[in-house]
Amino acid sequence: MRTIMAIVEVVDETALELAHAARSLGEVHLTAAVFGAEDAGCAELARYFDRVVNFPLSPGAVFDAEHAAAALTPWLAAEQPFLILLSHTNNGLDLAPLLAARLDLPMLADCLELGLRDEQLTAVRTLYAGKVHARVVADAKGGALATLRPGAFDGDEAIDRGGRIETAAVPPGPPARRRLLETVAAEAGSVDITQAEILVAVGRGIEEQENLEIVQSLAAALDAEVACTRPIVDKNWLPKSRQVGTSGQSVSPKVYLAIGVSGSFQHLGGVKGKPFLVAINQDAAAPIFAVADVGVVGDLFDLVPLLEEKIRARKG
Amino acid sequence: MNIIVCIKRVADTSEAEIVIQRGGQGLEEEDFAWGINEWDNFAVEAAVQLKEQHGGVVTAMTLGGEDDEEVLRRALAMGCDEAVHLCDEAFAGADAWGIAKALAAAVRGRSYDLLLCGAVSGDAGGGQVGGFLAGLLDLPLVALATCLEVGSGNGGTGGVARVRHEVESGLERVVEVDLPAVVTVQTGINEPRYVSIRGIRKVAGAEVQVLDGAALGLQAAELGSAGARVRLEELFLPPRGEGAEVLEGSDEEIVQRLVEMLHQRGGL
Repeated sequence: MRTIMAIVEVVDETALELAHAARSLGEVHLTAAVFGAEDAGCAELARYFDRVVNFPLSPGAVFDAEHAAAALTPWLAAEQPFLILLSHTNNGLDLAPLLAARLDLPMLADCLELGLRDEQLTAVRTLYAGKVHARVVADAKGGALATLRPGAFDGDEAIDRGGRIETAAVPPGPPARRRLLETVAAEAGSVDITQAEILVAVGRGIEEQENLEIVQSLAAALDAEVACTRPIVDKNWLPKSRQVGTSGQSVSPKVYLAIGVSGSFQHLGGVKGKPFLVAINQDAAAPIFAVADVGVVGDLFDLVPLLEEKIRARKG
Repeated sequence: MNIIVCIKRVADTSEAEIVIQRGGQGLEEEDFAWGINEWDNFAVEAAVQLKEQHGGVVTAMTLGGEDDEEVLRRALAMGCDEAVHLCDEAFAGADAWGIAKALAAAVRGRSYDLLLCGAVSGDAGGGQVGGFLAGLLDLPLVALATCLEVGSGNGGTGGVARVRHEVESGLERVVEVDLPAVVTVQTGINEPRYVSIRGIRKVAGAEVQVLDGAALGLQAAELGSAGARVRLEELFLPPRGEGAEVLEGSDEEIVQRLVEMLHQRGGL
């Protein structure tokens, strides 16, 4: 039976997605490698995985890619799994390519689908921020590594696998070349968009900082908060506390109005709880239209002021 | 403080219609606007700023066809001192691994404290090249840097950098990393300087070192599509799925319907 190793950063939904993707490849023996998990976390993983290997962390330590790569490289080289799976998260970006290079394995990054054809691993991944999809293939005879986009796979169903739980013995290595100094939260702003019921999110399509005014004005008419995508924060047009996405805030409003937002997975990763999603965008091929409930293909500079006017008129 | 910054010329497709070529192996590129990968622009700026503070030499490096030289000229105009163009017809069809191997071969033997890359590219977007380089060159890696400062460092003989980088849940971590190191740069780390046409003209005469596969000591089987570990089978347009209900009509009609819908969904 083929062995698959899932590298688990934290015991959450992404771990179940790795499990589900692995099981979809046929009869496999599935191991979770996890770092510094509590007993309860290991027990939870053991319901989905056939084996759980817990790599201990020193007190106070957190998951760190440099440490994980040092601990995992000799272990994986000895175990020789058919496939190594990780989530394509920020930590995954820090760890997975390093691991693939050290183990000299082919790597499929940021996969939306995963399949097996003889000894070849197939995947679907995105190009150009989701405007194009590509079916790619890697020869997996000597093993392979793949990272999976969070949320792209279903989570595995809970059937109790009764996985064996072990603690890995990590031999002391050379001193770490990278050392954690501190963990910092994104700067706290005066607004908390995570509590808003209605969000008006603005993206690159707004073009100029001065144009933000029409969005702010619409938000005021809706009693909504203004949210934004990463490029708006990168330009310092709005504070980081308003950024929605995997590197920003996770929000779960009732209504989400996306204005000039292309809909990258990094942005949509922060939109939780299936809000009523309205997208206004010039580009009919923007990925946002694939996930929106309602879409308007048109010029936001005409539509947004008009929408504000109608809303104010209705409210009286 | 010697820095090598790896950059890539990519197509900006945000305004372009996507047309897949018959056979699914490429895109119709006529309408594409080309330029430096967005993340790499921040990486070049970070490299130049560090040089301005600490002195040293910044080398911009790219792998690609003849047209790709334009991003090297742009990097020179931003303040890079040297440019290296890995250019060989045999590089065509290289995957991220092949690109990293060629870059690693070009980097070996040079003296540097920092190897900077954009964290991801706007085209393939796998975010792999920086990590591959760290693995191939046996260097420590910090991915997704949002702040980068260096202490000492004098041409690969030690020193440390202090790097703030993105991890999960909107958190960032500050790490100290021994130099030389690979750091991949996230957008927003700085404000990249404006590059004028005049600035580009000024560096028109600057020398760009061109290296082919043989000069890098690479075998034909390692290059381009021959050496690719990940092969493209087919490009296709993303399935629309259920997709959005697209409102049609005049702006007036569309907006009126939107207001009704927002009302029904509790947005008013």
